[in-house]
Amino acid sequence: MLSSVILLGPQRHVPIVRAAAETLVPVASNPGPLAIVTAGWEEREPEDQEFRDHVQRPVINLEIWARVERIFERDQELLEAMRRRHATLRSVQELYRLRLQGHMDALRELFRRTGDDALLEPERHDALVMLHGLDSQHVARVAQIHHEFEARWRPHERAAVQREKRELKKLLADASCLLLAGGHIAVLLHRLRLFDVLGLYGDRPLIAWSAGAMALCERIVLFHDAPPQGSANAEVMEAGFALVPDLVVLPHSKKRLHTHDERNMQLFARRFAPALCTLLDPGSRLDWNGRRWSAVPGTQRLAENGTLQEVGA
Amino acid sequence: MSNLIHEVEQAVAQGRRAVESLIARSSFPHVQGRNVTFLFCGDAQEVTLHHWIHGLPGQLPFRRIGKSDCWVLQIDLPPCSRMEYKLGVAMYGRGTLIRDPLNQHAARDPFGANSVVYGEGYHPPDWTVEDPDARCGTVEDRHVDSKVFGGWREIKIYRPARFRETRRYPMLIVHDGFDYLGFACLQAVLDNLIHRMEIPPLIAVMTQSPDRMNEYAADPRHADFLVQDLLPAMEALLPLVRQPSARALVGASFGAVASLSTAWRHPGVFGRLLLQSGSFVFTEIGEHDRGPVFDPVVKFVNEFRRKPGRPSDTVFVSCGVYESLIYYNRSLVPLLQETGMTVKFREANDGHNWENWRDRLREGLSFLFPGPLWLVYE
Repeated sequence: MLSSVILLGPQRHVPIVRAAAETLVPVASNPGPLAIVTAGWEEREPEDQEFRDHVQRPVINLEIWARVERIFERDQELLEAMRRRHATLRSVQELYRLRLQGHMDALRELFRRTGDDALLEPERHDALVMLHGLDSQHVARVAQIHHEFEARWRPHERAAVQREKRELKKLLADASCLLLAGGHIAVLLHRLRLFDVLGLYGDRPLIAWSAGAMALCERIVLFHDAPPQGSANAEVMEAGFALVPDLVVLPHSKKRLHTHDERNMQLFARRFAPALCTLLDPGSRLDWNGRRWSAVPGTQRLAENGTLQEVGA
Repeated sequence: MSNLIHEVEQAVAQGRRAVESLIARSSFPHVQGRNVTFLFCGDAQEVTLHHWIHGLPGQLPFRRIGKSDCWVLQIDLPPCSRMEYKLGVAMYGRGTLIRDPLNQHAARDPFGANSVVYGEGYHPPDWTVEDPDARCGTVEDRHVDSKVFGGWREIKIYRPARFRETRRYPMLIVHDGFDYLGFACLQAVLDNLIHRMEIPPLIAVMTQSPDRMNEYAADPRHADFLVQDLLPAMEALLPLVRQPSARALVGASFGAVASLSTAWRHPGVFGRLLLQSGSFVFTEIGEHDRGPVFDPVVKFVNEFRRKPGRPSDTVFVSCGVYESLIYYNRSLVPLLQETGMTVKFREANDGHNWENWRDRLREGLSFLFPGPLWLVYE
């Protein structure tokens, strides 16, 4: 668990990384470069000029995405193994989704019904317990897939990976702060994990936003209330790095969630309780000091009654 | 009779100012539940509502209120409907079709524009209008040489925002593509759906036949043009994923016929089809009654029904329930499914028009090319 971390909302329209960095590592006292991971942007990884213009401090892009692409060129065996793992993860996610649908149908109906709460509430509670069980089973299943993959293919021991890790270790040693940008959460998570970037960096100041913030939580929760295809059930993808406790972050929540739908929000909040479901919209900021969270005004969370409340209220 | 008609009658009895006041405070056509009330005020000897809803009489007469110049009509319109219409105003035996002067909503098409009334619950989708947050793609005018037809054909190429030569993109080939841009907001739709990650960044190639009623009517030369002229030219010009699953044919009406017939004549080339209000007329017995332009279409569809093969992999079919073509599209869907293709069919309370086709693009495109919205949080 980290001793100092700041989580932010999306940065495109309301960039506040500069102020966050100044809080954690004031340039006057720590002029070292900021190390940024933009692997979630995939092939756009190098397009970080807007970010550099904003922070006005030296920046090193760790080029995590490009490093993995280089490894794939050199190590076809690892590439094929990762592709097979990717296909397996997709299949497992689809199977989980099938079971999830049944649980969510029942829960939605239980939360929709009105009447004798003395009868309804125990049913809701027990249905949520079953759903917690399903989510936990899925997280364990995915973890087992990763475990088997690592045991068989030993990616950390492969020459191509070790070469990149040595470079990363040097870059991170000089960095004053590590920043994780958003983007594709699976790409970001798996590529950070391949190099054990957070392990190399250690317990030092960290700033993350959007998918970067999601990666630091105990579980990656995928969500969208109005997708053009398929159901709108939030899904657990897999375990995150678990560097921040009891937190589910919801980037772009105003666009992705029907936050006015209190019944649905209540179900969402209770499903992931005791984790704090926090909305990370533009301008949102959550600071962790190793013991407790604090937030800038306007940063909201889902209360268990389905309403939105200020974090800390 | 609804309260509103009673109000109109009362206002008419009170005089011009009362009618103007009523119009100012009540929007016309007035939608209340399934009831839509139309009002026309002006010189006329007969007023009719001209629409394109299959199954209803083509002209619905307004009722004159007393001897005034106010005419009213009330119709039933199911929820979430769109209905395009014009008013027929007749004087001294001479009729004119006009847009409803009291209705600000209009839908454009290659022939001009119609008034449009929205049934209860229908709202133009927000993803069809330009979103200032969405990065804009570009549209480039080009031409492609055609050995099949001789000479060259105009095309337009849509490249998504943040286009990169080093990336590989799926491609849509859009029949009547210039009209899709002009009347179905295709560029804004693509920009928005890509921005929302509901579809991946993709390239769209818009074609526009100079003789669509013949070339799109299952003309084998058109299929050859797409496969032998256009596709190689685009693969040479653009960074495309060279797989059937990354190639879609899109078309509405005769454009849908052109899409299906091209895929049928060249199976294994186009793995995705988006067929909107296809003119898939066939005959079970005897002759069709749709005029000679449909002869090659009927011949193709009858042949397709006998030997469908497996022209593609994934197909999205949509049709308005107010179209006469709904019967043919409903009939086609089980046949497409039997071929082993993955098929999704969507009906809408709408007619044979560009805004119907626009409104189905989100569901259709995201079905054919699902985007990464569940996984990307920027």
